[in-house]
Amino acid sequence: MCGIAALQLRNPSLHPRMGSLLSSMLCQIVDRGPDSAGLAVYDTPGLVSDGTSTVSLLGKHHGMEIDGILTSLNDMLSPDARSTVKIIGDTTLISAAVPTALLVKAVGETLPASTIIGRGEHVAVMKGVGHPMDIAAHHGLESMAGSQGLSHTRMATESAVTASGSHPFSVADDLCLVHNGSFSNHATVRRNLEREGVVFDSDNDTEVGARYIASRLQQGDTLEEALINLGKVLDGFYTLVVTTADSMAVVRDPIACKPAILAETEDYVAMASEYRALAALPGIERARIFEPEPGKVYTWSL
Amino acid sequence: MAALGLRESATFDRATIADIQRAAATGVYDIRGWGAKRRVPHFDDLLFLGASMSRYPLEGYREKCDTDVVLGDRHASKPLHLQIPVTIAGMSFGALSANAKEALGRGASEVGTSTTTGDGGMTPEERGQSRHLVYQYLPSRYGMNPDDLRKADAIEIVLGQGAKPGGGGMLLGQKITERVAGMRTLPVGIDQRSASRHPDWTGPDDLEIKIGELREITDWKTPIYVKIGASRPYYDTALAVKAGADVVVVDGMQGGTAATQQVFIENVGIPTLAAIPQAVQALQELGVHRKVQLIVSGCIRTGADVAKAMALGADAVAIGTAALIALGDNDPRYAAEYAALGSAPGFYDDFQDGRDPAGITTQDPELASRLDPIAGGRRLANYLRVLTMEAQTIARACGKSHLHNLEPEDLVALTIEASAMARVPLAGTSWIPGAGQGTL
Amino acid sequence: MVTLMAPDATAPTSDSSTDVRPGSDAGDTTTDLDTASVRDLNQALHDSVGAASWTVTKPGGKHSLAVGITADVDVTIEGHAGYYAAGMLQKGRVTINGNAGVGLAENIMSGTVHVRGDASQSAAATGHGGLVVIDGNAGARCGISMKGVDIVVGGNIGHMSAFMAQAGRLVVCGDAGDALGDSIYEARIYVRGSVASLGADCIEKPMRAEHLEELGALLAAAGRSEDPSDFRRYGSARNLYHFHVDNSTAY
Repeated sequence: MCGIAALQLRNPSLHPRMGSLLSSMLCQIVDRGPDSAGLAVYDTPGLVSDGTSTVSLLGKHHGMEIDGILTSLNDMLSPDARSTVKIIGDTTLISAAVPTALLVKAVGETLPASTIIGRGEHVAVMKGVGHPMDIAAHHGLESMAGSQGLSHTRMATESAVTASGSHPFSVADDLCLVHNGSFSNHATVRRNLEREGVVFDSDNDTEVGARYIASRLQQGDTLEEALINLGKVLDGFYTLVVTTADSMAVVRDPIACKPAILAETEDYVAMASEYRALAALPGIERARIFEPEPGKVYTWSL
Repeated sequence: MAALGLRESATFDRATIADIQRAAATGVYDIRGWGAKRRVPHFDDLLFLGASMSRYPLEGYREKCDTDVVLGDRHASKPLHLQIPVTIAGMSFGALSANAKEALGRGASEVGTSTTTGDGGMTPEERGQSRHLVYQYLPSRYGMNPDDLRKADAIEIVLGQGAKPGGGGMLLGQKITERVAGMRTLPVGIDQRSASRHPDWTGPDDLEIKIGELREITDWKTPIYVKIGASRPYYDTALAVKAGADVVVVDGMQGGTAATQQVFIENVGIPTLAAIPQAVQALQELGVHRKVQLIVSGCIRTGADVAKAMALGADAVAIGTAALIALGDNDPRYAAEYAALGSAPGFYDDFQDGRDPAGITTQDPELASRLDPIAGGRRLANYLRVLTMEAQTIARACGKSHLHNLEPEDLVALTIEASAMARVPLAGTSWIPGAGQGTL
Repeated sequence: MVTLMAPDATAPTSDSSTDVRPGSDAGDTTTDLDTASVRDLNQALHDSVGAASWTVTKPGGKHSLAVGITADVDVTIEGHAGYYAAGMLQKGRVTINGNAGVGLAENIMSGTVHVRGDASQSAAATGHGGLVVIDGNAGARCGISMKGVDIVVGGNIGHMSAFMAQAGRLVVCGDAGDALGDSIYEARIYVRGSVASLGADCIEKPMRAEHLEELGALLAAAGRSEDPSDFRRYGSARNLYHFHVDNSTAY
């Protein structure tokens, strides 16, 4: 049970304002989920860069000094990978000029107790427990540039209030998913995925949705197909937003109780749980404002 | 039969066989009133540890043992202050006769406690006779009226009922008289169905906004309760608190109903005993136990039940079925009439049917006139006084000068099941099954 | 063991002395919600004795705007409103020059609500009386459990509209979504465009002279110019009024 705000900026001249716009949206959905929050930002200078992979880790302490982490990565990946470690708020970002899977493996072996919350060449993911605006400020969202951003405030229903239970769930390269609602058969879908070898990080029902989509994408589904298949497998109530390196998708379950509202202009597509989160966007008075139809998958590409 | 050497099946007992025969004959599920009739772990499986040497008892009848309770002072400027912690649960005009509703109001008011409307709106009779009236706000919104909302002393947003968590209500055509139909904007004599979800919000994030609207309409004066049917009370209590409730009402599976599918009554929800510790745990973890009050209902019959619920952490209890029995439900003097309906005193549960010989669960004017609201109110007041005195007797014996000071450590359990559910030790041991392994 | 966060437990306070400014004419008041709170606005409206007009600026999609009005006032909201705008209206007129969120005019008893843009889901839910006009589209569950309210929608309506509708009239100038009028009781539905599907027990019924007349009056009250003869009428087949084995799949 939660609040969602997501933004895809089609007009590059708005990219420098991504963080401040997303922050203004996030501020309006805090009441829907005051427990914890998460953020995903795409193509943010200083966090990710072209030609390198970045892994986002939950927390800033991993039982090893930064120098030790770098030494281990250099040993595994070679110094040519130009590995870096950055601490942003409560999040650790590790980058290297190697394929993402290789970096994920090296980070996993270097810091086996850490939780990877984001991975890819474009995305950085940040999470925390507490007031969502504090989490955003702590990570410096306001001044971040970027092409897309996704934020989520959480009122935990049946799983723990922990940073690892916060959305977005990012379980495949540059893929993020946030969810408002509650799946009613997630335990069964989780068991089926586990039988196929999928490993979970949390007890959260949304992670099941994210892992399911990742599994479908791996099997060759397009994003739209994966979301249509999700609707056939996962039961219950949901509004979902999914982002990838270059696209954003929104879907609601066929009963469509959980709110969602979209604003679309030539410059951006914005999605939020409530209109008030859209109210401060530039040119909102000229935007096409609409609610997604039940059961229909909407996708937009950069 | 036994004398003939016949053997009854424990699986296909006579009630089960009758159910199958009835289903085959009618093609429709059985609908009845009352609550769960199956045996479940219960307050009867708990005992109090009276004081002797290590703790000192209070002198019965002389030393004070207070019983009052304040409900809803978290956000509302006008909380309820009740003289006793036993309230009357929501029961609709429609399910009950106007006389029965009036009697409940009279009895509750006489002893300084609250009564509650039901699905179908507030009648002038019950408002007039109830000093403290809680107005239920239900998915159907039958008879829902902002004037009545503002007249209420508290608003109870109903998400569910112990008899049927996740289900909507129903009221069969026999009871949809002209007045009932008029109050609910329905055609006379139809079988009324009620929605299981509220029409304009779903989930705690939206409930928070709905509570905000109700507070704005009542200018932040009126306490707002959230009532849940016990199934996942730990999560649901926490979410009710987060959504802004002043009071959480948890109704266990034994809680009564006027008309529900039998399969629902007997197979959905968890026992009251199991629900209380979970709700209390959520309140404690949020730091709001005793600040957001907890009302427990579902199978409260005696002062011992009241005291046990409070010792486990409830601030107050609510009674429904027991209040109807106090008014005269299942009275042996109507034995012949119960027999004519195929039932007997002590067994009658066809509240849906509208032919209640005691004149309580009916809209038939002739039957309803059998219940004198003044005499009925007096009987209810007597019963409420007895419940209170019984609870005080136990509390004094445990050395408490207020019922609220009863605590789980005053209790032990007789069975392993009750011990695990109530989270109090098995009598004579320090063992609580499951303790230390993570309760949730 | 699951650890929970402590809840935020603060009630807003009203300070209407500074933020709600009556105009020079005592009957004309402007409330700017950039500076005034929703509490200020509603308290002032509740304290109003009527025959006044109010303008609400910078609503910003806030919730519970102009709820619980009992006096004969005119309220104009200049912008988009959040959940439950004009909820439980009993008197007067509320105009929203923008979109409305979930549960617009829920449980309206009387009076008029006019939305110039779109309305979200559950518009006029459980309304007992009065008139709700939506110039644009309405989302899912429009008129759910309506109990006497009249609703006129200029555009389309979403799925499950008029679910369990008990009384009143729902007029749709555009198209209706799936499961229109499911489990409907005595409410009447008029649709000018297409109906994606009818819900259980909802059927098309003939348009007779009295229906054309009724519809014409509703369209006129909503300020619309559609021709009543372009509409079709839907209502209850009344097959679900009594539990019956033959209807078991419809419950």
